Amino acid sequence: MSDLSDTSGAATTGADRIAVASQSQLIWWAFRKHKLAMAGLVITVILYLIGAFAEVLSPEDPNDQDRRAVFQPPQMIHFVDTSAGFSIRPYVYAMERHRDPTSLAVTYTASDRKIYLHLFGKGAPYVFWGLIPGDLHLLATEDPSDRVFLFGADRLGRDMFSRVLYGTRISMSIGLVGVAISLILGVTLGGISGYYGGWVDTAIQRVIEFILSLPTIPVWLALAAALPPSWPIYQQYFVITLIISLVGWTELGRVVRGRFLALKNEDFVIAARLDGASEARIIFRHMLPSLTSHIIASLTLAIPLMILAETGLSFLGLGLQPPAISWGVLLKEAQNIRTISQAPWLFIPGLFVVFSVLAFNFLGDGMRDAADPYEQ
Amino acid sequence: MIWRFIIKRILWMVPFLIAVSMVSFLLIQAPPGDYLTTYIAKLAESNEVMDQASINDLRQRFGLDQSIFVQYWKWISNIVLHGDFGMSFEWRQPVSQLIWERMALTLLLSMATLIFTWAVAFPIGVYSAVRKYSVGDYIATTLGFLGLATPNFLLALILMYIGVVYFGSDVGGLFSDPFKNAPWSWDKVVDLSRHLWLPVVVLGTGSTASLIRIMRANLLDELNKPYVDTARAKGLSEFRLIMKYPVRVALNPFVSTIGWVLPQLVSGAVVTAIVLSLPLSGPLMLQALMSQDMYLAGAFVLMLSSLTVIGMLISDILLVLLDPRVRYE
Repeated sequence: MSDLSDTSGAATTGADRIAVASQSQLIWWAFRKHKLAMAGLVITVILYLIGAFAEVLSPEDPNDQDRRAVFQPPQMIHFVDTSAGFSIRPYVYAMERHRDPTSLAVTYTASDRKIYLHLFGKGAPYVFWGLIPGDLHLLATEDPSDRVFLFGADRLGRDMFSRVLYGTRISMSIGLVGVAISLILGVTLGGISGYYGGWVDTAIQRVIEFILSLPTIPVWLALAAALPPSWPIYQQYFVITLIISLVGWTELGRVVRGRFLALKNEDFVIAARLDGASEARIIFRHMLPSLTSHIIASLTLAIPLMILAETGLSFLGLGLQPPAISWGVLLKEAQNIRTISQAPWLFIPGLFVVFSVLAFNFLGDGMRDAADPYEQ
Repeated sequence: MIWRFIIKRILWMVPFLIAVSMVSFLLIQAPPGDYLTTYIAKLAESNEVMDQASINDLRQRFGLDQSIFVQYWKWISNIVLHGDFGMSFEWRQPVSQLIWERMALTLLLSMATLIFTWAVAFPIGVYSAVRKYSVGDYIATTLGFLGLATPNFLLALILMYIGVVYFGSDVGGLFSDPFKNAPWSWDKVVDLSRHLWLPVVVLGTGSTASLIRIMRANLLDELNKPYVDTARAKGLSEFRLIMKYPVRVALNPFVSTIGWVLPQLVSGAVVTAIVLSLPLSGPLMLQALMSQDMYLAGAFVLMLSSLTVIGMLISDILLVLLDPRVRYE
């Protein structure tokens, strides 16, 4: 804020603006200055939009197998078509499949035939969010018998692009649900610990220390191994999220406790208490609002850890099980070295993991810095 | 004074370790059914049927028919009193024969990684704090963020891919073929050190990245303090000045990270070992968990958890030794 304390006229109006701004406005102004955090915000929003509209955005049914497209390499999408004059319409070159007569190895080469794509054309039918049936796709081949593989195909000839988009939905939402569970546990236990102090505080702190000292992956593996693989997807999803957040709440609990301890003796809290406000009112009306920005920042930083945890578990085969689709489940296909040297595009879900984790980290860092607009 | 603190801290570990052992036991008890149900199911797959009498007989022999408290007590008292971790159902061998070499190699890998992490993170962290916003700082920060965001197993896969496609060699494993089952010898140690760098890099990248950030942030806080200006005004050479004063202060939080870096490394080692197929605790533990070979799985969970509790102890003691301001209480 040093640049605003100048004596020039423009700065005074700036200072006035700051004086009357609400806290959320101050936070937003501080946040906007972070270039990386803004980029993180944009990427995060895009990923969640992809997750929300996976059915429409993906050109194919993610479970549709095609024996004639096993490990077909990715096709580049072109926009400028000069075959009959100049026109702008999306198309890809069809791939031709050859089988080597002696080694029986299958290779693909690009042919001259163009597969034209419609914007919002009709394609494979789907049920949007399990509720609304539809068949509109952002990109659909003009001839329904053609298939297009923007990210290549996997070992069963399924479209990786569609699979990655569907995986985005599960992987990104597991972070959110897990964080919601951690939030409830962390705020309740951390709050109790910091507000009441004494033996309750000691007991909760010991529990947190204990959980933090356990090596997470062996514990997760042991818990996840206890899940019967025959459970339906939504049940698996929920329990895996629960397992992941069992560890995730501890950090949040510590943050909340520390802030509660600091706030407990602030003047406004003492004033409220002397005024005869009930405990619940003091906690929820007076103390929690001054913590929210911190809590949101810590939550944002907890989401990437959950995404990584789910990816790791599913990769080892102990998380979500196919036919559920998450980035971890997709990466499981890239487990052996023969497959990935034949089809390196199976790494693409990994790129999504890295990007989303980076975006969340930048976003969370920016929010943490912006959460204290007065401390600059 | 310091000895009293250390003894107190070690005594404090006892309830912690007891809790760890209980949690480990509960974890391996968590799956529905026991090893026998899995075993019977496996037999049924190959069309063999066991009659009820021999099932009961086996269940009794493994002590699976008793209450969970009795089972726990038997398990833990045998470990503490006799160092006996029980029998592995699947391998038909005492667990202790199976785990020690793998645990030792896991510890070796974790230690090597810890040293690697510090050796890399310390100079880079100091550099990017002292030359804040330089090109080198930006490169270090970018790499640091990428390191944080890349899961261990993905990094392992990518390195394996590069190894196979560009160098034409399979880089997995800890030993070359002739040494795999050979007894320990000097040549085997040399062979091990040739293979160790890959898992060390894979495992260390994540924690190196966060340590660089911690070191940088700590040192940045210190560099603006008046005592640094005083030392500079007195004409101390810049290198000596930085190394002697602010770096020493900034080192404390750095040392205390061993407490959480070690659990992270032990965790990460499990996944890395599975992907790179290293003869460490990870793959065997995973297999044991899958087949409900509970004593084997339990021994691993117990040992790995104890390892991290001991890591925390070491970091607490180191911190007190390094920083007289940290109180002994």
